[in-house]
Amino acid sequence: MADLTLKSRKFREEREADWRKLERLLARMEKEGPGRLSDDDLLAIPVLYRAALSSLSVARATSLDRALLDYLEALCARAYFLVYGVRTRLWTRIGRFFAYDWPASVQALGRETLAALAILALGAVVAYLLVTVDPDWFYSLMPAGLSQGRDPAATTESLRATLRDAGNHTALLSIFATFLFTHNAQVALFGFALGFAFGVPTAFLQLLNGCALGALFAVFTAHGLGLELGGWLMIHGVTELFAVTLASAAGFHIGWTLAFPGRRRRVDALVDAGKRTGAVMFGVLIMLFVAGALEGVARQLITSTPARYLIAATSGVVWCAFFYLPRAKPLLGQTGPKSR
Amino acid sequence: MSAAEPNWTRQFITPEGVDLRLEIAPFAQRAAAFLLDALILIGVLLALTVFCILAAVGGHNQIAVQALVVLWLLGLFLLRNAYFLVFEMSPRAATPGKRAMKIRVAARDGAALTATNIFARNAMREIEIFLPATFLIVHHQGVDAVLALLGLTWTGVFLLFPLFNRDRLRLGDLLAGTWVVRAPTRRLLPDMAIAPLKVPSARFYFTDAQLDAYGVKELQVLEDVLRRRHIETIRGVAERIRAKIGWAPGANESDFDFLDAYYAALRQRLEQLMLVGRRRKDKNDRV
Repeated sequence: MADLTLKSRKFREEREADWRKLERLLARMEKEGPGRLSDDDLLAIPVLYRAALSSLSVARATSLDRALLDYLEALCARAYFLVYGVRTRLWTRIGRFFAYDWPASVQALGRETLAALAILALGAVVAYLLVTVDPDWFYSLMPAGLSQGRDPAATTESLRATLRDAGNHTALLSIFATFLFTHNAQVALFGFALGFAFGVPTAFLQLLNGCALGALFAVFTAHGLGLELGGWLMIHGVTELFAVTLASAAGFHIGWTLAFPGRRRRVDALVDAGKRTGAVMFGVLIMLFVAGALEGVARQLITSTPARYLIAATSGVVWCAFFYLPRAKPLLGQTGPKSR
Repeated sequence: MSAAEPNWTRQFITPEGVDLRLEIAPFAQRAAAFLLDALILIGVLLALTVFCILAAVGGHNQIAVQALVVLWLLGLFLLRNAYFLVFEMSPRAATPGKRAMKIRVAARDGAALTATNIFARNAMREIEIFLPATFLIVHHQGVDAVLALLGLTWTGVFLLFPLFNRDRLRLGDLLAGTWVVRAPTRRLLPDMAIAPLKVPSARFYFTDAQLDAYGVKELQVLEDVLRRRHIETIRGVAERIRAKIGWAPGANESDFDFLDAYYAALRQRLEQLMLVGRRRKDKNDRV
């Protein structure tokens, strides 16, 4: 007992400088981002992190200095998240999302997409038939406030006018496009999120979408305006309905996985489904943005029906090619050296 | 001691094979973080609204007014959706509210957080909070009191969801494979084994029997006592230890010096035991 030289104290004194250096670098990286650190500092972080981890292991086995243990645990966790958390730069990440993640996730939902499409078509056909037989059905099938005078009571002329409403209020276009985008995005997010209830509310929402579509067509066809309505709707509708269908498909995927997780634990299966549908939904928002722009701007500027159909067909082909053409899987963790 | 106290520490093994022992963020911190974020969002939204109204009143240009409406709509959308996404995708994986509470989002499997994790996590917020909140605020077209009440119940269920599972997972966390953990930044407090530096070790010599009176738990309590340097407590603790180990205080022996010396000696003794594979948990643990 004569020589009271605590090994744990010496251990701490020898390594403290390295820990403090790591702490300083972490603080700078968190505050200023990796771009502001010198190459030497960036290279030092993983080395110092591993040294700190090894210190933590040793300290746990040999030291009873609780201040030291608490400090090292917090420091290592902080460094871990920085070293392993951000593997790629934001732009690489976004590039990878468009080149691979998004189409691959959409492909994985093929079955659900077909089901959502079928429900949409079913709603449209049923609503079309109902309204054709008895126009009063229109008011029950169409959400109030959405028809804006486009109902069975309207005359052919006023209906025609709604399809050519470009005129002089071009300034309103941008407001309209913005509103449509934010509104549709919220609807799509609900459709997806409600998939959690085994997909039942999602199917219902999708059916309603189809009904609105079918009812509108029935009204216009009765006045011989079906073809024009097709151009007016489909110029943006191909993109928008595709997006909404994908959102419903994502909801179904969640609901299906929840009900039938297969051989895996339900939670694990759900996590996989959640990540896959997360990518799809992110893409859906982008599609809705495009649809909003087409609806708010392109539709008001392009009033010729053939031109509208041309854009509709082009957008359909482009989306399908983008999603379903086979492509190579990129190498995982392909980060490359940091370019300056 | 009792098994009733829940254990919030979770095993989290790094690729290097070290367990980081992350701690699940308590529900109160999560709630406080969300309230802070909500306040920030509401504040920014109010500022945006006031700005747009003032600008619209000032200008008579039709197009400028419409541009302001666009700005307001997009601002609302971005606040509602992008706020959480952008902050949680940053290296610190936390919104300002979470940062203030010193908590962060992490992937449950220890892998890197991806954009899809974050997106799935926050898309679920729509049904957890925003959907029923919309019912509460919007009062037209058939949205009546019953629906508002249903919405309130709905939100209540989802808000309290984290309380009913072990890892305090929100519905979005469950789906996205994430959890929220504590991410404190700690300062390195000074080592309390300062006795070897200031007191000649000859003055305080403890026998092994005297050092075997306590274990690790008592040592760490003593560390806290020494760190706080509260005179009354120091005196009380010193007296109890002296009585327990049968220590006769020398002339002018300061309580501080005695406790410093005893702490260092006890720590050395217990650390030596650890080297041979014995960790003496507390005073009731056999030597």
